[in-house]
Amino acid sequence: MFSRDNWKEIFETIQKNKLRTFLSGFTVALGILIFVVLFGMGNGLVNTFNEFFGNDATNVLYVFPGRTTIPYKGYKSNRVIEFDNSDLADINKNLAMFVEYTTPRISRGGLVKYKNESNNYTTIAVGPAHQYAEKTIMMKGRFINKEDIKNRTKYVVIGRLVEKDLFGSENSLGEYIDVVGSAFMVIGVFQDEGGDNEERLIYMPYTTRQLIEKNTDKIDQLIVAFKPEIGYVGAMALDRSLDRFFREKKYISPDDQNGVFIRNIADQLKQNQQFAGVLQLIVAFVAFGTIIAGIIGISNIMVFVVKERTKELGIRKALGATPKSVIGSILLESVFITTVSGFLGMLLGVFILNSLGEKLKDYFITNPYIDMTMAISATLVLILFGAIAGYIPAKRAADIKPIEALRDE
Amino acid sequence: MIEIKDLHKSYKMGSNSLHVLKGINFSVEEGELVAIMGSSGSGKSTLLNILGMLDVLDEGSYTLDGVPIKNLNETKAAQYRNKFLGFVFQSFNLINYKSAMENVALPLYYQKVGRKERQEKALKYLDQVGLKEWADHLPSELSGGQKQRVAIARAMAAEPKVLLADEPTGALDSTTSYEVMDLIQKINDAGNTILIVTHETDIADMCKRIVYLKDGVIVEDKKITQVRASQYV
Repeated sequence: MFSRDNWKEIFETIQKNKLRTFLSGFTVALGILIFVVLFGMGNGLVNTFNEFFGNDATNVLYVFPGRTTIPYKGYKSNRVIEFDNSDLADINKNLAMFVEYTTPRISRGGLVKYKNESNNYTTIAVGPAHQYAEKTIMMKGRFINKEDIKNRTKYVVIGRLVEKDLFGSENSLGEYIDVVGSAFMVIGVFQDEGGDNEERLIYMPYTTRQLIEKNTDKIDQLIVAFKPEIGYVGAMALDRSLDRFFREKKYISPDDQNGVFIRNIADQLKQNQQFAGVLQLIVAFVAFGTIIAGIIGISNIMVFVVKERTKELGIRKALGATPKSVIGSILLESVFITTVSGFLGMLLGVFILNSLGEKLKDYFITNPYIDMTMAISATLVLILFGAIAGYIPAKRAADIKPIEALRDE
Repeated sequence: MIEIKDLHKSYKMGSNSLHVLKGINFSVEEGELVAIMGSSGSGKSTLLNILGMLDVLDEGSYTLDGVPIKNLNETKAAQYRNKFLGFVFQSFNLINYKSAMENVALPLYYQKVGRKERQEKALKYLDQVGLKEWADHLPSELSGGQKQRVAIARAMAAEPKVLLADEPTGALDSTTSYEVMDLIQKINDAGNTILIVTHETDIADMCKRIVYLKDGVIVEDKKITQVRASQYV
């Protein structure tokens, strides 16, 4: 069946029936092309979603104080809630089985100077664990540590772009910068994948900030990270425990929507992943629809091809072609065309995806890609179904008596 | 060479059955040139189709070169057709995207003859019908007579026991018809057995024996003195 002679015969048939070859090849190539591109776009969409969360830890809860709206236990409404160091200590003590680490955050803006360079930056006073919550990557030096918190050192860790702005190409480590009137020594430089804004931040020990602000113990907000092993359910339980804890301690009505806010990254991530998953499912559905349309297309063409060739097949049978050789040549021809054009379409699709890269980022599509195994199996499926679709009319043609086929005009 | 006994054939047309051949007894010796004549509907084409294994008989027996032809599946029939029979049709039935030579070589392809030998043989037979120079032309570039000569070359290429021609001159003018008949006579002179279905008396007169069919039975079977076609060419 696979002798050189058969192939020559098939190539001649293909060469001399260019329109037919083009039509069936085009259908298959287009089907695979659209499948690959659509599927890749779906993956790109998921990439974008993951990127929203990729630069921060996902096992954290952000806790913000608010302003009450409901009078409760003798307190009037419209009372400003504030966090302080005791809240931090209580959480660490009472919820120890859930909590991996905690860190406060106190954000202040202000003018920062070094020699002749100056600029406005946000300075965030944090604890050592903040490095994990933001996935801060140290380029040189170190991050704020426990000793800094204890000793209230006047150290800062600056972002890559802060160093670039103020120091140019100079080394900033060990140099002193002026942060809103006080001198701080640079002990580290960091980078962050969250983008330029996150690299224009300055971190300092939160105790130092509290000392500067008249030795207060107030905290702007809290970051509570849970142990990853407690999972999503544990995170939700911690969410509720924190809520209850603050409502009891700060006398906030259980029905008050504004007294305390908890942003649960795990919950948001899960919701977003579900959304991205549904999107991908829809895209996959459309993509598989394209494959099915391709299969139907190739089936139609095969029916047409066999119909068109009925008389020729009759002549061949009269000259001694066996049914097996008739089916064989039709199938081999169709499989050859679908294989070549299928893989061409697939490669073109992969090429398009690769060349897109970041170009569609504005449309929430980042690095669209398709798994090669997926692309190849889709192509093989189309080839297989093309062959099955070709077999049925080929078998019918082979079973027609030559005299009937010859009568066909 | 051909031995037919008590052959019956009928076609089902809905609920009616059309009895086309009603007991044909007929034999052909090697080297004969037989014309089968009859008006349309007399069953002559059906007879030829059965002889050519393009159709199956209902009753009776058919022996070709000592081989009983019965209960053939399509594969076996195709092999027998390829081995025993050459066909020439009224409408030529050349494959339109293949050149003259490729058309002639096609039966050899199904005999699994190698490519080189196939081409040599095809050229040899094209030469015999006087179309060697036209070997690379497509059927659409050939005249009717040339097409029929290619078809005859194709039928001869497989070196069959019997050549079956169904109205070989039906689509040709009389001059071309005589040229084709001249060719057929020469092939017959070389010892080949040929059966021609025709309704033209002058064509039939160029054979050595005429069998008249009427309403599915043989009404007359006579040997005649052959009229040579060469005198008209």
